[in-house]
Amino acid sequence: MNQQSPISKTQNLSQGYIGKSVPRREDARLLDGAGQFIDNMKLPNMTYSAVLRSPYAHARLLSINTEEALSLKGIVGILTGEDLKGKVGLIRPNWIAGQDIQIPDHPVLAFDKVNYTGDAVAFIVGESREAVQDALEMIEVEYEVLDPIIDEEEAFQEGAVQIHEGIKNNRAGKPLMAWGDYRKAAEEADQIVSLKLINNRLIPSAMEPRVLLASFDKYSEKLEMYIPSQVPHLHRRWISDTLGWPEHKIHLKVPDIGGGFGAKMHLYVEEILVAYAAKHFGCPIKWTETRSESHLSTHHGRAHTQYIDLAIKNDGTVLGLKLKLFANMGAYLSNMATGVPSVNCTYFANGNYNIPNYFAQTNLIFTNTVPVDAYRGAGRPEATYLIERSMDKVAEVLGMDPLEVRRKNVIQKFPHNFYDSGSFLKCMEEAKSSFKYEEKRELQAQAREEGRYLGIGIINYTESCGMAPSTVLGNLGFDRGGYESAEIKVHPDGKVTLFTGSTPQGHGHHTSFAQIVASELQIPMEDVEVITGDTEAVPVGVGTYNSRSMAVGGSAAKICAGKVIEKAKKYAALKLRCKEESVLYQEGHFFTEENEKRIPFAKIARMAAVPHHKPEDVTPGLDQLYTHDPISMSSPNGSHAAFVEVDIETGKIEILEYLAVDDAGNLINPMLAEGQIHGGIAQGIGQALYENTVYSEDGQLLSGSLLDYAVPKADQLPSFKTDFLYTPTQTNPLGAKGIGEAGTIAAPPALVSAVCDALKPFGIDHIDMPLTPPKIWKAIQSASQDKGGAS
Amino acid sequence: MKKHTVKITVNGKEHQSEIDARTLLTHFLRDHLNITSTNIGCDTSQCGACTVLVNGESVKSCTQLAVQMDGAEITTAANDQISDIEVIKRNFHESHGLQCGYCTPGMVMSSHELLKQNSNPSDDEIRDALHGNICRCTGYHNIIEAVKKSAAEIREGAAS
Ligand code: FES
Ligand code: FES
Repeated sequence: MNQQSPISKTQNLSQGYIGKSVPRREDARLLDGAGQFIDNMKLPNMTYSAVLRSPYAHARLLSINTEEALSLKGIVGILTGEDLKGKVGLIRPNWIAGQDIQIPDHPVLAFDKVNYTGDAVAFIVGESREAVQDALEMIEVEYEVLDPIIDEEEAFQEGAVQIHEGIKNNRAGKPLMAWGDYRKAAEEADQIVSLKLINNRLIPSAMEPRVLLASFDKYSEKLEMYIPSQVPHLHRRWISDTLGWPEHKIHLKVPDIGGGFGAKMHLYVEEILVAYAAKHFGCPIKWTETRSESHLSTHHGRAHTQYIDLAIKNDGTVLGLKLKLFANMGAYLSNMATGVPSVNCTYFANGNYNIPNYFAQTNLIFTNTVPVDAYRGAGRPEATYLIERSMDKVAEVLGMDPLEVRRKNVIQKFPHNFYDSGSFLKCMEEAKSSFKYEEKRELQAQAREEGRYLGIGIINYTESCGMAPSTVLGNLGFDRGGYESAEIKVHPDGKVTLFTGSTPQGHGHHTSFAQIVASELQIPMEDVEVITGDTEAVPVGVGTYNSRSMAVGGSAAKICAGKVIEKAKKYAALKLRCKEESVLYQEGHFFTEENEKRIPFAKIARMAAVPHHKPEDVTPGLDQLYTHDPISMSSPNGSHAAFVEVDIETGKIEILEYLAVDDAGNLINPMLAEGQIHGGIAQGIGQALYENTVYSEDGQLLSGSLLDYAVPKADQLPSFKTDFLYTPTQTNPLGAKGIGEAGTIAAPPALVSAVCDALKPFGIDHIDMPLTPPKIWKAIQSASQDKGGAS
Repeated sequence: MKKHTVKITVNGKEHQSEIDARTLLTHFLRDHLNITSTNIGCDTSQCGACTVLVNGESVKSCTQLAVQMDGAEITTAANDQISDIEVIKRNFHESHGLQCGYCTPGMVMSSHELLKQNSNPSDDEIRDALHGNICRCTGYHNIIEAVKKSAAEIREGAAS
């Protein structure tokens, strides 16, 4: 992999369906409202359930009285922490990143103490939605309320309330990441520039809340559960570990999911409760989260306080970066929680730039809040934001053009230690020219004369996608495989079914994976069926996160299809009376150079399925199973640009233009890729301008519903301009890098950069997200007072 | 609890049911009639995933009690008899206006109501009309495209 990948402006992939914007086959049922969402399903004798949650952020649990609730008509039973003791294990994290990580006990139902508002205290099963709701009100719980701690920096102070016994300073760990010699860089620098940034806490907010439906067959001792999971095979393992039930007796099924964004790949207490209770009470159980409950129980994202020092030369060269990070973990360690800040963020905090000296310390801090874990982007948004804000700060301090500072430091040689390939400078240049940067600067100057405040933000990002290979993940303490599976069943009529471990939540896998397999097998797409999200139908799998579907799962499918053809050639050789090596395959037919006869794929499929004539040492059938463990991750990159106007009377921001230039290598279905970019930008703009998770001092979640948590609406977003460069990665046979998280990573710094640029005349160089009108207005007011008005 | 008898027509078919006074229209459609084109995304009437037409006007079915609907005509995204709705669905499909599809039936119904009232809406008017429907996946860009294309097709259809 030492030759540089070509950067190109057009995708050169005319192979079959690959590179074509094929409309999705999953749409019809969704448009009719006939989607297979779990809450739409019913099982015979199904019961309903609800979780009683702690109303306090931090309290001792003195007693629970369920008698009255149990006597209510239609109540099947109630479980409390005491009932589960010794029968159900603890919820364990799945990524232990760094030495000496402290893992506090996380029981499925609290028994002596609750640690956040929303912590699960009891589980009710009943015959109707209404019955369980009524019973919720009748359970009596006696609490001794303790002081809560919400802020990650306060929680770290000496003398702060301690949440978990034996965990000093509420610190789960302090992983380090370093290269070069930051201290020396600081000595050699002309100056040190410092910033403090808050990366706001977010609620993932998939439109479908979490929902589960489980039944247990006492004869086969088998659990069947519908679960909205991005990683069904991993969920099966975690449920097995927690309950101590054999993995092969757990069958998870994932039908349509109404969005995941990372939050649906963590292990939650409800999954254990529903599974356990289905066996315990002997009835099928459904659990459906309400939206308000979702805010209190589905894991949050981001939540960092970051201190940054940059050692710089006066010509704009960055010699070193020092980072001190306080990452709010919430009350317990969720699945990937430790790795998100201490690997995904700090490992990529140099962004697209050469920073020879680096030192980062991450403090993983417990607070009395909902656990924080990976949410779309998972660490890379936090990293990109900090480095891009830093570049702007350097430009500000030195009076340089922000793009010049970036150009000075940008990585131009690939492969690079961190990145397999990239088009960092090219993307920035592309963005600069299609955004008409110079023209916009002129517009900005003119507008300022008229008392209008326009701002431009152009930022760069890169990310690492397709977590792999397995051996590296092992070294990082990430307890998962880095592979993905593909199994192709070839039916006797020549049609095929692909079973993939990659599990969509609106991505369109049923279309894009069919494109890959149909192209490789050179058969019509209609002849390819795609099956996902079933731990029995799909033999093995890892799942969907870290934008790994195409790069890892798609590659597995392509290689697997190639193996089908290889085997088919053995049968074809028999038919063509030639050596296997001389069999050629084109346009869905087998032939040889010598032999005019062309045998269609379907004919060989039939021959292999009914193997009356079979090559020696070849098994019947053409089916193949392949697990692909890539040689490394790949790194998409891009540059996003925002043009905004700030109304200084009201603090309101209008986005005049948003441009995304992305390079994710080869795109299998450009229309779907663009859709991923759009959705990502929307969530990124959400973080920058609207979304924030606010707790009161006593630990009540004030952003408790969609009334109080501002997910962007149609009238709050602009239309987006998108553009692509194509630098195929050599790390997988598709050359695809991953695109799912790009927008979420790039949009926050682009927006904040643009708004701060607009407010430059007020001497404002940074405001923490979300940039709400009152915040902007206040910043302008206090800046005007300090400086005696805008110049 | 006292039961109430209601007669409600859904997608052209009349249903008579006995229900609790507290039954929400959305639960009535989903639980009693097994009509799943009213997804539930929130409990504060913010998301619009449950939008249906009641006597031709769009309504969030999670904010109405089923007993209030006695005698009403309800249309959901599952109705394939209304050609404008079919045009909108096709354009959502062709413009990639949906990803997970959870918001989609509600989006289709709100778009349908908009286009009945305004056959040639501007981008801003579309965005305004859809501000009660949240989509977390698409960023709305393609939804706006889908509605614009539908408007043009429906206008052409009406003109010819
Ligand atoms: S479920 Fe009705 S508006 Fe959200
Ligand atoms: S398509 Fe997923 S919420 Fe709109």
